[in-house]
Amino acid sequence: MKHLLDLPSYLEQDDEVRDRFDRLKQRPVALSVEHLGKEFETPQGSVTALQDINFKVHKREFVCVIGPSGCGKSTLIRILAGLETQTTGEVLLDGKSVYGPGPDRGMVFQGYTLFPWLTVHKNVMFGLEQAGRGKDTAAEEASQWIDLVGLAKFEKSYPHQLSGGMKQRVAIARALANQPRILLMDEPFGALDAQTRAKMQSYLMEIWQNIDITVLFITHDLDEAIYLADRILVLKAHPGEVQEIIEVPVPQPRSPEQLLSPEFLATKKRLEDLIHPEQEEEGTNSDHLNMVRMVPVDHEVESVF
Amino acid sequence: MSKKPAMQWFAPHKELRPRSKLVMTVVSFLLPILLWCLFSYVPWLWHPKVEINEPGSVSYFKSGMLVDRELFDKETLKAEQASKAVPQGKPANPIYLPAPHEVGEAFYTAFTTPPKRRTEKWLHESLWNSVQVIFWGFFLSSLIGVPLGILAGTYDFFSRLFEPFIEFFRYLPAPAFGALAVAILGIHHAPKIAIIFIGTFFQQVLVIANTTRKLDPSLLEAAQTLGAKNKALLFRVVVPGVLPNLYRDMRILLGWAWTYLIVAELIGTSSGITWFITQQARYKNFDNVFAAIMIIGIIGLTTDLLLAWLGKRIFPWQRHGVRA
Repeated sequence: MKHLLDLPSYLEQDDEVRDRFDRLKQRPVALSVEHLGKEFETPQGSVTALQDINFKVHKREFVCVIGPSGCGKSTLIRILAGLETQTTGEVLLDGKSVYGPGPDRGMVFQGYTLFPWLTVHKNVMFGLEQAGRGKDTAAEEASQWIDLVGLAKFEKSYPHQLSGGMKQRVAIARALANQPRILLMDEPFGALDAQTRAKMQSYLMEIWQNIDITVLFITHDLDEAIYLADRILVLKAHPGEVQEIIEVPVPQPRSPEQLLSPEFLATKKRLEDLIHPEQEEEGTNSDHLNMVRMVPVDHEVESVF
Repeated sequence: MSKKPAMQWFAPHKELRPRSKLVMTVVSFLLPILLWCLFSYVPWLWHPKVEINEPGSVSYFKSGMLVDRELFDKETLKAEQASKAVPQGKPANPIYLPAPHEVGEAFYTAFTTPPKRRTEKWLHESLWNSVQVIFWGFFLSSLIGVPLGILAGTYDFFSRLFEPFIEFFRYLPAPAFGALAVAILGIHHAPKIAIIFIGTFFQQVLVIANTTRKLDPSLLEAAQTLGAKNKALLFRVVVPGVLPNLYRDMRILLGWAWTYLIVAELIGTSSGITWFITQQARYKNFDNVFAAIMIIGIIGLTTDLLLAWLGKRIFPWQRHGVRA
């Protein structure tokens, strides 16, 4: 094909970006994953979902995890959240190993998981009350977090009265209210339509820039990963292993215009190559279906071209 | 082409319009009543008996007597052949099928007719008796059954501990414990309450355990990542999470409790609405029997509608349906 853009290498960083990554790597480590492995027992024998995963997330860094389906990215984040236990390896949060779920690792799920019987305000108060905060302080703090995600008007609403994007904003506020050391997000915008998703991405960037929070974000959307992340952890499937950790060369702070910048496209090209390598799918002849022409020759629209 | 299709009465898996729904509800009640009216008021439909007006020459016929139609025809033929006075009569239904208007009247007269003996009870007293038995049986069962069901549905430990035995016990028919209940608890209210308890409790634990198990597990996971542990998970997530469905279960279970009532009230000294029904059947007041049976249905349906209405107010977050 012609007209393909002449893209720079995704490894090329301008001075500002390189300088920023140098400083980023000087920051203390928030989350450290060491030799993490997970095996599932199935009737067909044991299956390795994750194998020898190693990476570090620095304080206030935004890391996206991306990979083909079946690479175990959800298993990874669930282990980090303590909802599943690893077979081997360790998860260190601020240098201490963690077991089981806890409020130090906030989690935002794709399915919102708001408590349907609680109002928006009570949902956000939930974690604060569990932490032993008094009712009044909890209520006050919750209001502040709700205000922060722009839902002050909906404090008294029940989740079923909110749109998907609003629900997810409440879920983010609820997770942040606990002031976790790290915010784990498991494809949080996967169920939203494109427009809402773009808006939510901007909101999240704004929140991340202004709050002391480290984010580990799982997605299968390449644009989303590049747009949001400082670094992208690329996993490969069968077994789930770290394929590459990409430093996104797109300068911060990000804006939607950058989606068409050369660095952005170069990174996207690299991710495409890693995640969607040429492969034959069952029932297809490489990229094409086994189609025969089924339009009569004298059809009023003879060809779509 | 663009003709609006007539009312979509038969679109699969589509709700009818609100007006049509109301119409169908009314029709649903009118249909059996209409059928009953047809059999009662159309003389050539069924009517296997003849009510004698005029005995004529037949010695054993009396005015007001109900005889089989065959017998009546035979006697009429005989009388005709002997050129004697022919008996007169009109088609009638057996005594156990009173006409709608008779039952309608019975709704009123059953309440206003004093009992035949001094020791016997008025209808409203009998009804109150039944309601009390139901209430205590269901209340005591729920007092233990609901917490047990929630525990079994939440923790596999309790599920394994309770459910196998309960699964076995629920196959034992509650009325089979009648004699035992009387031997232990005497002949008055207590054994009847016990039968309702036995009939409700074992189902209740299993049904509620199942409902509890259906709670969205991601809610528990979310709560855990927010710092909730053991007791908080149970009381602040599981219990409020299953409450609306549990409430719905209770409405269904209350209906089952009513079905055990009739058997329960026959145990020991017969009492309540069952006593009224058997007594009236003995006097051949079948209009009263029908009225009493319908009163049970009306009480049951009214309670259920009331509870459904109340449920919408107790659980405002469910107002737009769980299906969405």
